Amino acid sequence: MKIDGKRKIWKDYQKEIADDKFYYVRSCIRQNFFPGSEAAFLKILRDVLKKDVYDDSHHTTCSGIGYHTEVVPFETTMTVVGRNFSLMKESGYRNYVPSCVTSFGIYTEILDTWHHLPKVEERIHENLRIATKREFDIPDNLAHTSDIIFKFRNEIAEKAKYKLINKATGKPLKVVDHIGCHYAKMFPAKGVGGAEYPYVLAGMVEAWGGEPIDYPERRHCCGFGFRQYLIKANRGYSISGSKKKFESMEPYKPDFIITNCPGCAYFLDRWQYGLAEMEGKTYGEDGHGIPSLTYEEVAGLVLGFDPWELGLQLHQVPVESLLDKMGVSYDPDQKFKGLNNEDLGKPESPKNLKFYK
Amino acid sequence: MDKSVAVIGGGVAGIETASILGHLGYNVILFEKENQLGGNVLSWDRLFPSRRPAHEVVTESMSALTTRCSVHTSTTVKSINKSNGQFTVGIDNGKSFDASAVVLTTGFELFAAEKKEEYGFGIFENVITSRDLEQMFKKHGKPVMANGNTPKRVAFIHCVGSRDEKVNKAYCSKVCCVTAVKQAIEIKEALPGTEVFNFYMDLRMFGHGYEQLYKEAQVLGVTFVRGRLSETNETTGGSIIVKVEDTLAAKPMRLTVDLVVLMVGMNPKPETEGILSSLGLPVNEDGFVGIKDAHTAATKTNTEGVFVAGACTGPNNITDSINSARAAALQVHSYLNHK
Amino acid sequence: MADFGYGSMKSNVCDLDKANRDLALSLSKKEPTFDHCIACGSCTATCSAGKFTNFSFRSLCHAIRRGETASVYKEASKCMLCGKCTLVCPRGVNTRNVILLIREVNQNLR
Repeated sequence: MKIDGKRKIWKDYQKEIADDKFYYVRSCIRQNFFPGSEAAFLKILRDVLKKDVYDDSHHTTCSGIGYHTEVVPFETTMTVVGRNFSLMKESGYRNYVPSCVTSFGIYTEILDTWHHLPKVEERIHENLRIATKREFDIPDNLAHTSDIIFKFRNEIAEKAKYKLINKATGKPLKVVDHIGCHYAKMFPAKGVGGAEYPYVLAGMVEAWGGEPIDYPERRHCCGFGFRQYLIKANRGYSISGSKKKFESMEPYKPDFIITNCPGCAYFLDRWQYGLAEMEGKTYGEDGHGIPSLTYEEVAGLVLGFDPWELGLQLHQVPVESLLDKMGVSYDPDQKFKGLNNEDLGKPESPKNLKFYK
Repeated sequence: MDKSVAVIGGGVAGIETASILGHLGYNVILFEKENQLGGNVLSWDRLFPSRRPAHEVVTESMSALTTRCSVHTSTTVKSINKSNGQFTVGIDNGKSFDASAVVLTTGFELFAAEKKEEYGFGIFENVITSRDLEQMFKKHGKPVMANGNTPKRVAFIHCVGSRDEKVNKAYCSKVCCVTAVKQAIEIKEALPGTEVFNFYMDLRMFGHGYEQLYKEAQVLGVTFVRGRLSETNETTGGSIIVKVEDTLAAKPMRLTVDLVVLMVGMNPKPETEGILSSLGLPVNEDGFVGIKDAHTAATKTNTEGVFVAGACTGPNNITDSINSARAAALQVHSYLNHK
Repeated sequence: MADFGYGSMKSNVCDLDKANRDLALSLSKKEPTFDHCIACGSCTATCSAGKFTNFSFRSLCHAIRRGETASVYKEASKCMLCGKCTLVCPRGVNTRNVILLIREVNQNLR
């Protein structure tokens, strides 16, 4: 592979990313699966990078899940988005930063629609006015939270306590990245690095000492979708997408997977458990899985945050193998202890996937 | 006669125009951007349909150039201006030449395959263009992988940068299909044990002897799959995974190959447009030089005294380029005799 | 193994790396015109059996070339050997012989 060819494409796809005064919009579902990620993002931006981030508790879902499952019509979604924009206007901020990649996809799609069809935008202004008496402005800048971390990856690298290097061998960790479909596939110009060879996560991995690995099914969808998994009868379709990716990345023996979409991180983590229990196949070394992390979790680990505060104990594929490789110090006994050292009990162990209690 | 004719571009069309005009008694000034005559044909190894060596065509054409033709290589024409029925040709070092008629034979350039990002040209070492393959035949007599090994499987991808709205090249480049079939045959002859696959949307075998080449390729065991390449990916070891739809089976298909050859299309040269705008002449909807009439005046432009020949008007094969050069020369002769 | 009520799906992709093309290779050896097919469909269009069943000679040969031989013998048994396909083939493929050869292979297997 000629890395220069890729770098040229990465250079062609640059985007404007705001550098301060962010209006933060959370994801609907991330808190359930990876509870520490959004808190880690806020901690990194406020405490480490000293940025101004407004975390508004009044915003609602963007209704992307409903839109992509065809239960919420586009006009309703646009009006809901208009309301979120109006909340931002009220707060005085102008840079919109969603935490979820599907949201990011919804926002770029809606802004593009309004750009080409101003009459539609007028109607949404009307809808919102009638429903809530609110007015909204188009944000000055729309960037995904992974874009923000990408923008500050070198500042994070400077403050890094651990690098993405295997402590025992001194070699960079092999990292497989997975970009959410809605990040760049719809509007390649809106993604760092475009749609074919996205750079937003590869750039972070490089800055933090790791080695990004390209594998044949890198662009393949993880299978999350919305229709695919909401109804059990369709879930086989969804798990097959992830399985294809695992089969493709396995020969490269990656040390972990980094993703920027809540659904993808969830599925690439959970479906390894599903496949291990249903088919007996695991994709990591020796019965282990390949740890699947969000970019905030990776940034947090690199900066030296406590893994259990980052919520890594809730991953179905255990991350201890990665923590040991990086040399991160952690207390195994604290894994299933809550606030104030409360005992949260222990989960059942999977039969085929190696687990740490 | 004292009349001078300026021929812009020293490929096979330009050489042929210059030599015919020389034999008709005119002074010809032949301008060529590169440091030698021959143009794109110099890059090819053997030509369809007969598989004769490409350099023979250039040599034969050049041997007919008369001493009345002054050749200026390493010279780029920047602009041409017409006034009072005469032309002033301005070149890159600031000098200019006078002529009574001009023939544009600036030719074409190949599509920049890296624009099709999903095909991995410039990123995966074993993805090459048809021209790269011709160079391999010239140098080694067979295709070679990036690490020097002999490929056991080669895939030809038709229509790269042609018939493709995404790269703004909606037209067909005419000769890539027959070139792909010729190259497939050449690989089978050089490496009988190597599997060859051609991935096409349609097979345009328009010329004399071309359909027979298609059958010859099939007899040699080349597999033709009707389906356009969607993306390539590299696996461990540098091999390339090819993903197409086997449209005749209505199913997606994938295979691993050692070498992917992209049949890049013929594009207009950007510099030609500069010359045209100095003459106030338009390009056609595909970006090539516009001609006066597709049937009855295919070597004339809308400006009296400015003629065209060869692939600068659109994708063309060598036979027809040389023929159009001869036609243009005769039209120049007719024009200058009636002045 | 656990049963969660769903499972991963079988791939629909024709993987040429794994396809077994032995039958195709043996057919082209015994009947060289088998390789001259350009998939124009004239054979299927004129086929007598194809008017009343979903038999398609073009499709059958294509499947063989891709290594999909699971139902080849069942399909080949639908041919009435009328020879109309051989009459219309523009490439001169001896289509009737291809059917006979497929049946011969099948009979050798039994």
